[in-house]
Amino acid sequence: MNIPQELKYSKDHEWVKVEGNRVTIGITDYAQQQLGDVVFVELPEVGADLTVGGGFSVVESVKAVSDVYAPISGKVIEVNEALVDAPETVNQEPYDGGWIAVVEVADSSELNELLSSDDYEKLLAEEGDH
Amino acid sequence: MAWSYLPHTEEDRRAMLDSIGVKSVEDLFADIPAELRMDRSLNIPAALSEPELVHHFATLAKANANATEYTYFLGAGAYDHYIPSVVDHVLRRSEFYTAYTQYQPEISQGYLQALWEYQSMIAELTGMAVANASLYDGGTAVAEAAFMAAGVTGRREFLVAGTVHPNYRTVLKTYGIDRNYSILEMNHKDSLIDVDQLRMKLNRNIAAVIIQTPNFFGSIEDVKTLAELAHAQGALLVVAVDPISLGLLEAPGVLGADIVVGEGQSLGIPMSFGGPYLGFFATTEKLMRKMPGRIVGQTVDHEGNRGFVLTLQAREQHIRREKATSNICSNQALCALAAAVYLGTVGRAGLQKVASLSMNKAHYAYKQLTGLQGCETVFNAPFFKEFVVRLSKPVAEVNQALLADQIIGGLDLGRYDAKLGHCMLVCVTEKRTRADIDRLVARLGAIL
Amino acid sequence: MRKAKALLFELGQPGRCAVDLPQCDVPEETSENLIPAKFLRKVPAALPEVSQQDLMRHYTGLSQRNFGVDSGFYPLGSCTMKYNPKINEDVSRYSGFALAHPLQDESTVQGALELLYNVEQYLAEIAGMDAVSMQPVAGAHGELTGLKLIRAYHRHRGENRTKVIVPDSAHGTNPASAAVCGLDIVEIKSNSDGSVDIEALKNAVGQDTAALMLTNPSTLGMFETSIKEIAEIVHDAGGLLYYDGANANAIMGIIRPGDMGFDVVHFNLHKTFSTPHGGGGPGSGPIGVKKDLIPFLPVPVVVKQGDRLHLDEERPLSIGKVHAFYGNFGIIVRAYAYIRALGPDGLKQSSQDAVLNANYVLSQLKDDYYAPFERFCMHECILTSKNQKSAGVRTLDIAKRLLDYGYHPPTIYFPLIVEEALMIEPTETESKETLDSFIGVMRKIAEEAKEDASLITNAPQTTVVGRLDEATAARKPVVKWKA
Repeated sequence: MNIPQELKYSKDHEWVKVEGNRVTIGITDYAQQQLGDVVFVELPEVGADLTVGGGFSVVESVKAVSDVYAPISGKVIEVNEALVDAPETVNQEPYDGGWIAVVEVADSSELNELLSSDDYEKLLAEEGDH
Repeated sequence: MAWSYLPHTEEDRRAMLDSIGVKSVEDLFADIPAELRMDRSLNIPAALSEPELVHHFATLAKANANATEYTYFLGAGAYDHYIPSVVDHVLRRSEFYTAYTQYQPEISQGYLQALWEYQSMIAELTGMAVANASLYDGGTAVAEAAFMAAGVTGRREFLVAGTVHPNYRTVLKTYGIDRNYSILEMNHKDSLIDVDQLRMKLNRNIAAVIIQTPNFFGSIEDVKTLAELAHAQGALLVVAVDPISLGLLEAPGVLGADIVVGEGQSLGIPMSFGGPYLGFFATTEKLMRKMPGRIVGQTVDHEGNRGFVLTLQAREQHIRREKATSNICSNQALCALAAAVYLGTVGRAGLQKVASLSMNKAHYAYKQLTGLQGCETVFNAPFFKEFVVRLSKPVAEVNQALLADQIIGGLDLGRYDAKLGHCMLVCVTEKRTRADIDRLVARLGAIL
Repeated sequence: MRKAKALLFELGQPGRCAVDLPQCDVPEETSENLIPAKFLRKVPAALPEVSQQDLMRHYTGLSQRNFGVDSGFYPLGSCTMKYNPKINEDVSRYSGFALAHPLQDESTVQGALELLYNVEQYLAEIAGMDAVSMQPVAGAHGELTGLKLIRAYHRHRGENRTKVIVPDSAHGTNPASAAVCGLDIVEIKSNSDGSVDIEALKNAVGQDTAALMLTNPSTLGMFETSIKEIAEIVHDAGGLLYYDGANANAIMGIIRPGDMGFDVVHFNLHKTFSTPHGGGGPGSGPIGVKKDLIPFLPVPVVVKQGDRLHLDEERPLSIGKVHAFYGNFGIIVRAYAYIRALGPDGLKQSSQDAVLNANYVLSQLKDDYYAPFERFCMHECILTSKNQKSAGVRTLDIAKRLLDYGYHPPTIYFPLIVEEALMIEPTETESKETLDSFIGVMRKIAEEAKEDASLITNAPQTTVVGRLDEATAARKPVVKWKA
């Protein structure tokens, strides 16, 4: 399981890459494995306002579907249009080409609520126990 | 007592109970609290043998007037079109009708291909990019289309033509009430939607304008104009159509419709006292992933052979549960198969011919009837196979009199709209011969 | 030999037709003379053009690439794939039923109305309910209708109850129907055996509870023993109980939802009452209700006035209509024939044999496959592929291997709360010999898993296509023919 050190994570299995006032959001390697072959990603509109915890994207696989919840509040400033034609990128490169949206952060204190890679690894270990 | 549907002998039951390790079948029901169990037999009639069953059903069936003995001029959402013999021969193949949903594609290729061909035919007819594998009926298809439009636009208000079948409008209201949707019915003018009123009521809160064409009165609505009006306010245009009419009339997709639905009963499905029928549903490529119901897609197996599977299933209730695009599970697959066989049977030229015969005969009947004393023109809009006339006597009384001559007359519109007292909605399909029509005219001439 | 089958669109020649249509016997006009040209089609729909023989061969060929109950054993859990009696097909096609128009005068359809009236009475008796509406045309449609009745009932009493409690083991249609009805879903965890967690239920009910939706026997095929207590908890909170009749094949003549405390019930005529599944429909999902909900039933309602039957549309509290006409009448005719053929004793025997068959299969396979529950099942049993996991064999693989042996697989991966579930519902119409053959094959597959798992993971080998690429189908949907 790939859990890059430099990223932050949500309990809902999103990753967040912080670059100044902007964050890039995607779903984790674990999340894409759970879903299986991704067939469609419903992208948010550029300009949409996100509230932390609200659904803003949907990732569909053949036999499952998962809402993607905003790990942080803010405004969508870019979406990954490449996923329209190649949703499988989410499987192939969850932390690179499989990114979903770039968001301008509204309240940077929310970043402190996110998990470190170590904490996320622990969370997965706990979920694995079930 | 033995029943032919139940194979077990007492010896079989004994042997199986022994294997399970219980004394009697009662032991298997031990989880059911004794005080809740039935302590008597069901109070329903005793079993009938097969010949007795046949007799009983023959007796019940005999008490219904039907299209083998009577000549029908009644339509209004259920039509006496001719059903080619081959249709039922295909439907009777029990590999089709005793199967269930195609969850195991490797042993369901036949049905999946047939449904995919059905989707293709509906898409062709309606001029849309994609059709689903069926909904329940025309009425529920209208309601599902409205829900989808609300989902797509994020709006909650609908403008519905008063020329949509009244039962469809009732279904829409019933579906809509618990969702707090607002449904406003538009007046009609000369049997068509009141375009001026529509223009006034349209605004950016409207999710969809919902029309039917040919509409409840048989008249042809101007889809293109209505699409332009709806789109100008960001609303979708939902069009319910008679599929037979599409042999001659322009495909709503070409005219700008966003969702095309309808009742597919005309396509090889018997009137059957109102069901089972076929709701068809087609939309644009852009809206495909918001569509309710099952969809069959083409793909390949690992050797590259063409094959078919249920696809875009993430929209559906068994995966998406409360967030599904609809709650529909079982649909009307066998009716979709009937429609595909029908359309394949009549084919390109045949569908045009059925449409043309219906239209010509309806216009002939209209001309003959309105030439009668006591039978007047009501509307002037162009019509397809149904039209309205006003009689000098109550429709119910006239229809009673026609029954004596083995004729089922048209619909009494006064039952739906007080302003249309004495008005009859007459339907003429390709099955009606000139002699049938002349007989109706002669009888009406005598009655009125 | 694997080979794709030609599409109907790929057959035929321009000008062919598979039926001879009549000539026009009235003065024929051009279309433009009757209808303004702007409304007329410019390009005819590109429908197939085939001869009658070629059409019949096409569909016969397709039917041979399809598996139905008449093809072989079809133990698809929660779907009740019982035998579809042929006499039912015949009687439903009698002209008096198949060729009657829904809007013709009541006096001319007294036989059809009598049939509807009778079947309502019988289903009410079987369900322990006070009235039945035949209008819903599928199970999910029955759920939607039933929930609408429940909402109307609460609304009429001036109560705004908007929450429906649904166990996490429920069929997907339950939460979906509640959502379509504008209700909020409160999902409660089930106990590991699929029964209702009483404490969770107690915590979930309240003044906003509209209803609890429950399947009993549960979706795990076991009877909910605490049903009486469950009903009390929900009723005490002012909510109603909705019975999902998907599993009613276990209970005919044995126990009635009405006696368990349910207020609204739907039956699936295409499951319990033997009407054909049709490849996914048409089905029928009539609903039964207790007395207090009768005023809200959809219109029209069949009523008896002296010796005449009448369709009553004038019911001010009615929810309206959920179907343009009276439901799937042709299917109702078949179910009525089934009830009349079996009578009270035959229906009870059917349920008993259904439960016997499921327990027999369970008892014979629980050494080879993991059986998660140590108790008798009702009409269906659950096994899993846990014992085969170490060999790299999953439930999907076992299902595909069954195809090679000529069986329709059980339901797989449902219920969701059991990992790698195989849900087997044999139904009562299968003989002991059929069950024994199936049991033999299941044991053989368990052996294969130990000796050569690739036989299973590479299955199916004998079907007309191999495992299909579903991911590509969903990524780049090809959903219609293009010339």
